[in-house]
Amino acid sequence: MESICAKFVSQKISKTRWRPLPPGSLQTPETFATGSWDNEDNYVSLWSIGDYGNLDSDGGFEGDHQLLCDIRHDGDVMDLQFFDQERIVAASSTGCVTVFLHHTNNQTLSVNQQWKTAHHHTNPSGPVYRGAPCTGIVCDNPEIVTVGEDGRINLFRVDHKETVRTIDNADSSTLHAVTFLRTPEIVTVNSIGQLKIWDFRLQGNEPAQILSLNGDRVPLHCVDRHPNQQHVVATGGQDGMLSIWDVRQGTMPVSLLKAHEAEMWEVHFHPSKPDHLFTCSEDGSLWHWDASIDMPEKSSLFHQGGRTSTFLSHSISNQANVHQSVISSWLSTDPAKDQIEITSLLPTRTLSVNSLDILGPCLVCGTDAEAIYVTRQLFS
Amino acid sequence: MEELDGEPAVTLIPGVNPKKQICFDWGPGEMLVCETAFNKKEKSEMVPGCPFIHIIQKDVDVYSKILRKLFNESHGIFIGLQRIEEELTGKSRKAQLVRVSKNYRSVMRACMEEMHQVAIAAKDQASGRQFSTQVSILSAVELIWNLCEILFIEVAPAGPLLLHLLDWVRLHVCEVDSLLADVLGSGNPSKHESFWNLVTILVLQGRLDEARQMLSREADANPASADMCRILGDLMRTMPILSPGNTQTLTELELKWQHWREECERHLQDNTFAASPALESLCKIMLGDEAALLEQKELLNNWYHFLVTRLLYSHPTVKPIDLHFFAQSSLDMFLGGESSPEPLDNILMAAFEFDIHQVIKECSIALSNWWFVAHLTDLLDHCRLLQSHNLYFGSNMREFLLLEYASGLFAHHSLWQLGVDYFDHCPELGRVSLELHLERIPLNTEQKALKVLRICEQRQMTEQVRSICKILAMKAVRNNRLGSALSWSIRAKDAAFATLVSDRFLRDYCERGCFSDLDLIDNLGPAMMLSDRLTFLGKYREFHRLYGEKRFSEASSLLLSLMTSQIAPRSFWMTLLTDALPLLEQKQVIFSAEQTYELMRCLEDLTSRRLECEEPNAQKLQDDDIETTKVEMLRLALARNLARAIIREGSLEGS
Repeated sequence: MESICAKFVSQKISKTRWRPLPPGSLQTPETFATGSWDNEDNYVSLWSIGDYGNLDSDGGFEGDHQLLCDIRHDGDVMDLQFFDQERIVAASSTGCVTVFLHHTNNQTLSVNQQWKTAHHHTNPSGPVYRGAPCTGIVCDNPEIVTVGEDGRINLFRVDHKETVRTIDNADSSTLHAVTFLRTPEIVTVNSIGQLKIWDFRLQGNEPAQILSLNGDRVPLHCVDRHPNQQHVVATGGQDGMLSIWDVRQGTMPVSLLKAHEAEMWEVHFHPSKPDHLFTCSEDGSLWHWDASIDMPEKSSLFHQGGRTSTFLSHSISNQANVHQSVISSWLSTDPAKDQIEITSLLPTRTLSVNSLDILGPCLVCGTDAEAIYVTRQLFS
Repeated sequence: MEELDGEPAVTLIPGVNPKKQICFDWGPGEMLVCETAFNKKEKSEMVPGCPFIHIIQKDVDVYSKILRKLFNESHGIFIGLQRIEEELTGKSRKAQLVRVSKNYRSVMRACMEEMHQVAIAAKDQASGRQFSTQVSILSAVELIWNLCEILFIEVAPAGPLLLHLLDWVRLHVCEVDSLLADVLGSGNPSKHESFWNLVTILVLQGRLDEARQMLSREADANPASADMCRILGDLMRTMPILSPGNTQTLTELELKWQHWREECERHLQDNTFAASPALESLCKIMLGDEAALLEQKELLNNWYHFLVTRLLYSHPTVKPIDLHFFAQSSLDMFLGGESSPEPLDNILMAAFEFDIHQVIKECSIALSNWWFVAHLTDLLDHCRLLQSHNLYFGSNMREFLLLEYASGLFAHHSLWQLGVDYFDHCPELGRVSLELHLERIPLNTEQKALKVLRICEQRQMTEQVRSICKILAMKAVRNNRLGSALSWSIRAKDAAFATLVSDRFLRDYCERGCFSDLDLIDNLGPAMMLSDRLTFLGKYREFHRLYGEKRFSEASSLLLSLMTSQIAPRSFWMTLLTDALPLLEQKQVIFSAEQTYELMRCLEDLTSRRLECEEPNAQKLQDDDIETTKVEMLRLALARNLARAIIREGSLEGS
């Protein structure tokens, strides 16, 4: 099994993100950013897992991640995204969105751009702004899209102080996460179990499409898009359920997979091996879902601690017209034939695993037990 | 009340004049203090005092960054310990408990290590000293824990007991290793100024193999004493000791040991080492000569080292039950009446006396936070050593200490999540304490609220779930986020609040003529049944949708049923009837004759009631004007519709 390395960092970690590698690079990632929450002082920090020239003199062993630099952040870090190699965008519980710049020459972080009241509640009795937590960010150079508890969607350009576009009252409930579908289109998830697709080319404040979980209106907390097949979207809900959606058809998820016992905080497709999916949850678990279908008789090769998923509903209908080879393994899952193999990655149950990120063979996650876990051999 | 165990410590609050009256209020982990002028009659003394309210924290260690790691890591170990199967008995259980104890200690040592590094790297002296103090506290705590592990958890019998104690001393008196490296690193070890000190320490700690190697170096460097060194070295080599794998009985060991001891004595009487005072002193030490041992006070450092060395060379098969006797005499001899025992000495002495309660009590008094006593007590409780002891307050001691510790965690801005699990494992008062604490967590984001809600829901704390959802719903209303507010009241199953929010929606509709938050209202589903008003809101919106989709007959029966079933609030009937107007005016007949009668009855019902409770005023009169026109129009439309309906129904039946 992969070796996973834990480090206690004296702050509750809300987000962990790998720094993207330069295009075409064959390196393994060696820097990641974290954000903390619920501390009296919160920080955005950068960590290195590389050796970085210092000869581990103070007893640190190989693989232990070292702090490179950090900077105070006003409010909880609600979301964190790398904008490019040097810039990190952070969402705050105060409603502020900040772009931090990493100076590699002297290892410091500084504020590069800031939108102070990106998200706020309007006071019915006057023009007093009350900050509303910004809950999600997605970046696509040069654009930054943010969503918040105020149900607002903002579109920023990194070098513009003004908001490029704002959709007020985009949602009557809290928006929990956002991601790009195709460039001018984004998808948001909210606290009443809806997935909304927005097209910035359209005027007006109405979504282009609404998809929803039927019945219980279970809040959705996270969303990720399949890296190659832009119509395949995965979401995680308050009941720990993983839903796979095909946004081209239907208004309901293609499959619902019973997963964690509590809120699923993040879901990520592996960026280069999209048959692998990773989820983490409030129940303190971190799971690796493997839907690669090249392994015959997979059931005999179960990892220890692995389990088979249960399919609750299967509403895919008209697949006949879609060529078999282009169907993502996430959509074609037939409960009788293929099984998704699930492996738990953390050695012991801990407090909530709030965030995870994967890049190449590396995975990083952060917990409320104030530990950061890193593994560099995901597929060994 | 029991009597006080010691003088309470005095805390000076900077900025507060101790001559003035101060008042205070207790909080869970802290205290509020401010100046007051209670009951002072002469007003002339009303000098403006200190304008601040001070927050006094009881447990400052919680705020140390490094100790936070200790709290977090030990939380994991604690949870693991609670899961140890109760069925496990005998050896496997004991082995598990010892492993848990060692895990706790290794976390403490890791913290100590880091604190030590920080103390060295500290830029200013004051903070360096502060860290050094914490290192010494941690090291004392670990020392106590280790001794408790040997005596209470490991429960080593005579023989192995001494080996454990030797390890204990070696672990905590570790300056010798750096000295060893220093001496060996020098060009000529035997000429090093600390050479004999080093050899003596090695002998005092029972590290005879290493001592022998040192002696052989001395023999090489100094041929005159080579013989003596060889003889003493042989004595060291032949000293019988109990090794873990050895099967020999204690009696055999004692017999061999007596023989060896006689040989040592003979050498001493023969003045074999007369030429070298250092070697002679070593030989005396190996005979357990107390005077010779006490000469090495400096090297022994403390009385418990003295105790263990003394036992090693005079009572190697000491029984646990006799320990306290040797401990007491060692302490007395070592201090020699010059100084009085310190808290640490008392704690260790209590442990040697196997008085667990005394150990815990002394530790509680001496240490500034509950981490140590709570975890140690819990572990000892799992060893089933504390069951008989009940306090005259609360429940048992384990639970009392865990509650204290967990409350301390809850007082902290971010460590509260750890506290939850500690409360969970307090069977008697844990749940109520947790309930009280959870209600008081400040909720600045929904995400945090969700985490608290999850904790409540997992424990079926319905009352707390309701109250948290209500707080969030209230916040949302204040922020003008009606959709959010409705979601939260649905989650709380709070019918009254759902009614309130629904009314706000309806009012907004009346003002603006359109609905907001359709994404929510259109998808209420079964949640609509929560309150009548919410049902009405959902149904009324459904009417509008049907109307928009031109499904007029469905729309009209829905509209009518809203009034006849009394779901619609009477204040809203006029709006509903007005909504019926365009339906009445459609080309085809939508309301049947019977339905029209119903509508008319509703209208008359409404107007007659209005007349009953009339109170004329200017505004009202103007409103009434509009109202009267509306009623007139409605009556006209109803009458026309009725006529058309009767004709249509009559002709349909006729055909």
